[in-house]
This record gives sequence, structure tokens and C-alpha cells, in this order.
Amino acid sequence: MSAATVRRVEWIAVAVIAFALIVLVPLLHANGVIGNFWISVFGKWLCYALLAISVDLLWGYTGLLSLGQALFFTLGGYMHGMYLMRMIGDLGQYKKPIPDFLVFLGWERLPAFWEPFSSFPFALTMVFLVPGIISYLFGFLAFRSRIKGVYFSILTQALTYAASIMFFRNNLLLGGNNGFTDFKFILGYKLNEPGTIRGLYIATAVTLLLVFLFCRWLSKTKFGLVQQAIRDGENRVLFSGYATAHFKLFIFVVAALIAAVGGALYTPQVGIINPGEMQADKSLEAVVWVAVGGRGTLLGPIVGAIGINGLKSWATTAYPDLWLIILGGLFILVVLFLPGGIVSIPARLKTLAQKLRAKPEAPAPAKP
Amino acid sequence: MPHPLLSVEDVSKSYDGFKAITNLTFYLFEGELRTVIGPNGAGKSTFFDLITGRAKPDKGKLDFGTDPSKSHDLTELNEYEINRLGIGRKFQTPSVYTEHSVWDNLVLSLKGPRGVFASLFHRLNSTDRDRLDEILKTVRLDAKRDWKAGLLAHGEKQWLEIGMLLAQEPKVLLVDEPAAGMTDDETDRTGELLLSLAGKHSLIVIEHDMAFVKQIARNGQVTVLHQGTVLCEGKFDEVQSDPKVREVYLGRGKHGTR
Repeated sequence: MSAATVRRVEWIAVAVIAFALIVLVPLLHANGVIGNFWISVFGKWLCYALLAISVDLLWGYTGLLSLGQALFFTLGGYMHGMYLMRMIGDLGQYKKPIPDFLVFLGWERLPAFWEPFSSFPFALTMVFLVPGIISYLFGFLAFRSRIKGVYFSILTQALTYAASIMFFRNNLLLGGNNGFTDFKFILGYKLNEPGTIRGLYIATAVTLLLVFLFCRWLSKTKFGLVQQAIRDGENRVLFSGYATAHFKLFIFVVAALIAAVGGALYTPQVGIINPGEMQADKSLEAVVWVAVGGRGTLLGPIVGAIGINGLKSWATTAYPDLWLIILGGLFILVVLFLPGGIVSIPARLKTLAQKLRAKPEAPAPAKP
Repeated sequence: MPHPLLSVEDVSKSYDGFKAITNLTFYLFEGELRTVIGPNGAGKSTFFDLITGRAKPDKGKLDFGTDPSKSHDLTELNEYEINRLGIGRKFQTPSVYTEHSVWDNLVLSLKGPRGVFASLFHRLNSTDRDRLDEILKTVRLDAKRDWKAGLLAHGEKQWLEIGMLLAQEPKVLLVDEPAAGMTDDETDRTGELLLSLAGKHSLIVIEHDMAFVKQIARNGQVTVLHQGTVLCEGKFDEVQSDPKVREVYLGRGKHGTR
């Protein structure tokens, strides 16, 4: 198969999957084949797929194993969540014009920093700005100090851990350990209506497609070449005149923004966002999705995120006690026997088939 | 006497008390091919690290540029800034981008803007392509341009890295043991290539293989490093017959083992 044919097959595969996700699933939902519960679950998995792409852009493409991407995902979720909390209006438990948890903490009026979140455009800007600035500052310091390898991974993990402790505190005025929930409206639409649920799902699927196309474009530019060269030989890149720290910082911020968009779409579909989402194990889980799906590819993280979360949905009801063992076992199996992940299976089968075909009937070994 | 292109004056560098380089003074003139030899631990690689900004000297001056009023102080610049001034380095172990094609390895090395945003919208023009084709022929990897660099033989990787250096069009090429792991025929061709670059470029070549040193040093000077400082400098024959050099480096001869 020539390179051009392979590319055509790839594009057809992408088009088919995109059609199924963006058109087919919503149609089935509109006809009642898929219920509100399941389309929201699908939407949640697609948000996780965005998080997985974010991990893979760093780990698979740049060799930076970030164990803190869930932080940016959750921050995006919180920024959108603040808007959704304002949209509850006075329909909360306490029938007050401010979020319930503030009433519970004894607040009578809205804290000043909450005010602008009544505006959707403002909240949307914050979805990008807050994770963007935090990733920029962290990346700037880490890459300037040339923190690499396992030290980088540990620091990212520490960052998300520290942030989760901060968000668990009530006096941050972001809902403490309950976070935000009980949302009612988005942009004037009721969140529990099928049309709104479908709309959010479609928005997620379209975002995923756009992010996929963007990353695909990025990987084919010279930037993408530099990125992968940093993974395979950072010194050579540095001694070829590239400021590798700038490249790493750029991709770190881009990855954080992708995770943040995923989180922003996650909040209204799941209906809750709390600091549990930025706990250390959430970022580790995302790394497992990428490893199982196939790192260093763009389809891999999507397949991994949807596949493992699908498996989790089933396993946690069928064998709730065994889920973590299944997940760990799967990870070990993939690392040992399928380092390229699920997406490498077709190519493996092909080489296997070629080997079998190429091997004529082996002559009987001569007797000594 | 022209001003040297690279002046290293009274430079010292120690790591945890180990003196890798001690009061080293060294000048490289434009168009020169200088060969640096010296026993293991003589400080040859540290010498390159100091020039390329990977290590900073404890004391001494490192200046680059033939015009003294516009020369650059290399001790104040980092690796990529020094590279952009026109100092290219080939590492001792071939370092190529193993997952990229031979062609992409060269594309990444090609002289041109190095910024993040420039790289997002970078396109090769026909001059670039011609230049890359020419380099591929020079390093004899024309037929393997689409190969993954990781699949090349050791000697070919060495050549590819030399090609990557050429693509940068540096003023100075620092070449660390280019002939390591090459067959005699490849070594010979590498020598001819380096000789052909002298004049247009300036080169410092670190090498162990004496037959190879003899080949590339036929017109130029040889510098002998010993314990982090220059032991002597001169033509290959002079250096070879210098009793000090024989003692520390070729010293085995003294005891009649050769």
C-alpha cells in the first residue's frame, strides 16, 4: 500500500468516525434510540478524549510525561461551572440569589470575584485564561530551569495535588469538597431538556473533531518535527539553534488549553465539578488511556479514553471490586505486549499476515 | 596577522574539584582545519562543551568573531544562541533524530529562522530543496532519504550528522571523533570531506585514530591536549616527534613496545 493510499484510508476512517459521532449519535438520540443518560455519558467520554489528547501531545509527541493534566481539565470545568452556578439564580435550596454553598457559609452578598461570571463570554474567556496563565507560569519556571524526565512528572503531579488541597478548602469560596452542582440553565436553555443535552453532546463532538484536526496539522508542521525531535534527542535540537524551552512551553500551554476545553464541556454534561477531578489519580488515569490507546498517535488517545471508560462503565457495575485490578492488568499487558497500544493492532496483524504468507512450507529439518 | 575567529584565553573549568581544563589558551583562524588530539581525559570534550555553551568556564575568555570590536563573548550565551552565531557541533556518539526520516533530519537542521511561530508556518522553497538534495549527495544518503534515521548503519548516522551540520551552514564546525565506528573506506571519505570544507568553513576535529589524523592534518595544525591544557601545537610530523607528546600520548613507544 502506498503512502497516499494509507493517507486516504486514514481520512476515510476519520470521516466515518466523525460522521458517526457528530451526526449518527444525535439522530439516534432524537429518535429515542439513545436515552438522555447515555448521550451524556458519551459526551463525558469525548471530554475525556480531549484530556487524553492533551496528555499525548506532551507525552507521546514531546516526551514530557505530565502527571497533572487533570488540573487544567478541572480548572476549565470550574470556570464554566461558575457561570452555570450563577445561572441557577434564586432557584437553589435556599431560594437566595447567590449559590447555596455561599449561603451555607454565611454570605449574604456575592463575593466580588464571582460577579463577572454571570456573563457567559467572560466565563468562556476565563476557561482559557486561567489554565493558560497557570500552565504558562509553571512551564516557564520548569523549562527555564531545565527540569526534565521524572522530575518534571513529579512536579506536575505535585502541582495538581496542591491545587486539589486548595480547592477542597471552603474559604476559597469555590464550593469546597462539594464543588459545583445542581445546575439549571445554560445560555437560557434548560439543562435537563433533551435538546440541550443533545446540543452539548454535539458541541463536544465537534470540538473533539476540531482539536483532532488542529493537532494533526500541528504534527505535520515544522513545529511538529521539532517537537518530536525534542522527544528523541533534545540536545541535538538545542545545539541546532532551537530554544527547546520555548517549544516545550508553547506545547505545554496548548495542551493545557485543550484539557481546559474538555473540562468546560464536561461540567454541564456530568452536572457536577469538584476537587476530586483534580486529584492525583485522575491525571494518572488519563496517562493509562493514552498508553492503552497508543501514544504518539492522535487516534490512540481518543480510542483509549472512550474504550477504557466504556469498559469502566460496564466493569464497575458488573464487577465493582475488580475494576482497579482490571485497569492495572490492562496497563501492564499493553506495556509488555503492545507498546504501540490498540491503534497499532492493524499494522501488527498486517506484518503477521505478511510473515505467514512469505513463509513457504518449511522443509523438514534434516536428521542429524 | 589576522584576528582569530575563535579565541580561547586562559580558560579553566573544574567539576567537583576535578580540573577538566586548566589555563587553556587556543586560537582558531578563519578557514583553518585544526585537529585536536590527546589521551582520554585530556579535556577534549569539555573543551567543546565550553565553546558551545554547554558548560561555563570558571575563569578565562571565550571570544568569537574576527572583528575584535564586534566579537561575541561566548561565556554569556547559551547553547542555541551560540549555534545561531554559526558554531555547529557534531557529537561523539551520532545524535540524529531516530524517528524522523533522513530528509526531515536535514530539514530541521537547515539554516533559517528558529522561532516557535516561524516553525508553525515554515515551508521549504525550491532553493532549500536543492540545497538539501546537494547535501544528501555529499553525504551519500541520496538513496536513503526516506529512511528512518534510526535504521541507518552507524557510519551512515555519522554522515547524516555531518550533513546536518552542513545544512546549518556554520562558520565553525566542531567535530568530535567523526571516524568512530567507520570502515577504513568510510574513514577515508570522511577525511576528504572534512578537508574539502576547510577554507570555506573553519573546523576543529577531535580524533583518536592516528591514520585519520595524519590524513586530515596534512595542511593544518595539530593541537595536543594533556590534563586540560595545551601540551604542544604544530604540524603533524613535528607533534609526532615531540618528546613530550611521545611521553604522554604516544608514550608506549618509549618502552619499546612498538
